[in-house]
Amino acid sequence: MTIATLEAIPTSYTPRWLTPVLLLGIAYLIIPLVGTSYLFEAILLPFLALSLAGVGLNILTGYAGQVSLGSAAFLAVGAFAAYNFNLRIDGLPILGSIFLSGVVAAAIGIVFGLPSLRLRGFYLAVSTLAAQFFVQWALTKFSWFSNNSASGVIDAPPLSIAGVEFNSAVGRYLFSLTIVAVLTFLAYRLVLSQTGRNFIAVRDNETAARIIGVPVLKTKLIAFGVSSFVIGIAGVLWAFAYLRTVEPAGFNLDRSFQILFIIIIGGLASIRGAFFGAALLVVTPLILSRVGSFLLGDFFDSGVLDMSQRIVLGGLIILFLILEPDGLVSFWDRIRKRTTTRLLRQ
Amino acid sequence: MRMFNKAKLLAIAASLVLSAAIPVTHADEQYFPLQSYRVGPYAAGGTGFFGGFIDYLNLINTRDGGVNGVKLTWSEGETQYEVERGVEVYERLKNTPGVAAWNPLSVGIAYAMIDRITQDKVPLITINHGRTDSTDGRVFPYVFPLLLNPYSETSGIVNYIASKEGGLESLKGKKIVVLYHGSPYGKETIPIYELLAQKYGFELQQIEVPHPGNEQQAQWLTIRRAKPDYVVLRGWGVMNPVALKSAAKVGFPVDHIVGNVWSNSEEDAIPAGDVAKGYTAITTQASGAEYPVVKEIVKTLYDNNRGNLEDKNRIGSVYHNLGIVNGILNVEAIRIAQEKFGKRTLTGDEVRWGFEHLQLDPARVEALGAKGLFHSINVTWDNHEGNGYVTFQQWDGKKWNVVSDWIAPDWALLRPIIEKSAEAYAKEKGIKLRTTEDAVTATN
Repeated sequence: MTIATLEAIPTSYTPRWLTPVLLLGIAYLIIPLVGTSYLFEAILLPFLALSLAGVGLNILTGYAGQVSLGSAAFLAVGAFAAYNFNLRIDGLPILGSIFLSGVVAAAIGIVFGLPSLRLRGFYLAVSTLAAQFFVQWALTKFSWFSNNSASGVIDAPPLSIAGVEFNSAVGRYLFSLTIVAVLTFLAYRLVLSQTGRNFIAVRDNETAARIIGVPVLKTKLIAFGVSSFVIGIAGVLWAFAYLRTVEPAGFNLDRSFQILFIIIIGGLASIRGAFFGAALLVVTPLILSRVGSFLLGDFFDSGVLDMSQRIVLGGLIILFLILEPDGLVSFWDRIRKRTTTRLLRQ
Repeated sequence: MRMFNKAKLLAIAASLVLSAAIPVTHADEQYFPLQSYRVGPYAAGGTGFFGGFIDYLNLINTRDGGVNGVKLTWSEGETQYEVERGVEVYERLKNTPGVAAWNPLSVGIAYAMIDRITQDKVPLITINHGRTDSTDGRVFPYVFPLLLNPYSETSGIVNYIASKEGGLESLKGKKIVVLYHGSPYGKETIPIYELLAQKYGFELQQIEVPHPGNEQQAQWLTIRRAKPDYVVLRGWGVMNPVALKSAAKVGFPVDHIVGNVWSNSEEDAIPAGDVAKGYTAITTQASGAEYPVVKEIVKTLYDNNRGNLEDKNRIGSVYHNLGIVNGILNVEAIRIAQEKFGKRTLTGDEVRWGFEHLQLDPARVEALGAKGLFHSINVTWDNHEGNGYVTFQQWDGKKWNVVSDWIAPDWALLRPIIEKSAEAYAKEKGIKLRTTEDAVTATN
């Protein structure tokens, strides 16, 4: 998992900021006008939450090289912490509880990051599994976390900032989009900073990093903290903006794997990769299921179709990783380079 | 990715657009969006229940030409019992015209839908499960835990154990262990068992089995140490046969295990083999294919190869019959609402009115060909459960045999607890309690 790619310097003349600004412009101005509620509720909201979780995990795994299988646990910590801050502190604005939930997730992330000081690779992955199991166990075991709700399910509070309501599908989309945009920008700044370079140094060769004076222990813990902070807030978006109800079992090991796949398929050590990967993993199953039920729905029942979709999706992922081991990001860059050179030639 | 040439991409895009387009609905159709699950750990429940539900809708269309001429339509979206997929299917199907009601058969999905269906004004049916306090129609106008909510189930099981011991007084000093599934569904009844233990003076221990429940050695060793008089099995899916087998391993007598309403199927007992013989479980609908409505389904559909179940041996099984009963309740709600609003495609809110007047006495149940299949139901605007009766069945190694009369849970005892919980929810959410006047009409 040591792919030392810094973001490629664009070869075209477009300034670096142009593409993200254009995308944000479309996301803010055009999509809310043309999107249906299906687009927001079933595609964009999970896409945004999972992308943000991918950004968070990419800081830890892609940049700092620490493999983690506990992402879903930090999602859960974020979601349940925000719920409790919102419930138990009167008058705390929603953004306040979201920020504090990130802080709680970061603290727990640092605790579970401590073994990384001694363990590496697969051994570390196994120790982050402990976070996965412990958090889920604690949230189920102590009903205080879910306000003694009989079934352990929490209900999301209404989203409003300074009196403006964000409860419609579009509102929750804009709410998520803003948080994702801000945090992604901060993550982008972070990985370009000295700390970000320390992450990469630790990932590529820990001993060499220590010799040139990189504080390895501190760097690893910062990576765990920042990553868990971002993932925790992704958990809040998942619970409050997307599903609007959450049970601890919703954040199981499958979810952790999903986020890990997102960054592997999207591209390790790349902020954009998380978005590409999340788009692929959220949208492809839906497309497959639509195409499948449209073409073959009359012949097979939904169970058979669903099973065959899994096979197709799995096959696609394997094929893709063979053809493009550096992830969707490098695939995208190649396409862009080719089209730009072709355009310039004409 | 070169293999994806333009033509293929175009073809896929075109089929996507077509499939996303809303199917053309004729004037008089009522549509059931089905969030079914035919794969995954709970497929046995999903295929049986949705099979029975679809079979009944199909029967009404084939035999009667629909409900008063209004054809019933449906389509399925696979959820695998996962909340995210359930929400996706909800968003995909909710704009189809003429949606009658949602029947997800999953507590997790139902919880995630409560806000959404309340906003969309379409009923959400959680037969035999769901959120207990949604029984209170003052707070949850669109949610219907029909026949049996989890608290009534608990009360029914405790009453049954009492009847075996010689009355409620004899429960004093007895010891009951509840082995529950580690999920929202499993945990729903923890407080009510505690309350009943206090009231009747029996000793209680509740033990969780983590989802999915294929490893229970530790739990059953604890049970062996505790030496309870009865074990209540509040399981789901694979947890049930594993529980019966583990019980046999530690030597706990199987006839002192009482299964709840999601541990009562053939799919729970058969995999356990011989050790399941003598296992007793609660049910709201008897199993067996001897009821007239089931016979008609066999004659009309299965004999013409139009039945939904792949395995004909499952006709009349517990889940299949539950699906049929669920079909009866949905169809009758539509019929009742049509009497008031006209024999046409109804809005979700009008169907809600129908469910709130879903009163089927034993005579009507008999007329529907379901005598003995289920007892009766009496839903009102503020009681969304409808006072279903329960019965107990015992596994003889091959099939279930009914071993009790129809038993009434202690509704009067439970109602204040349900109201208290519902009122707390209303306060948290800022919901104004409905009154009788709010319930008499429906918007179209």
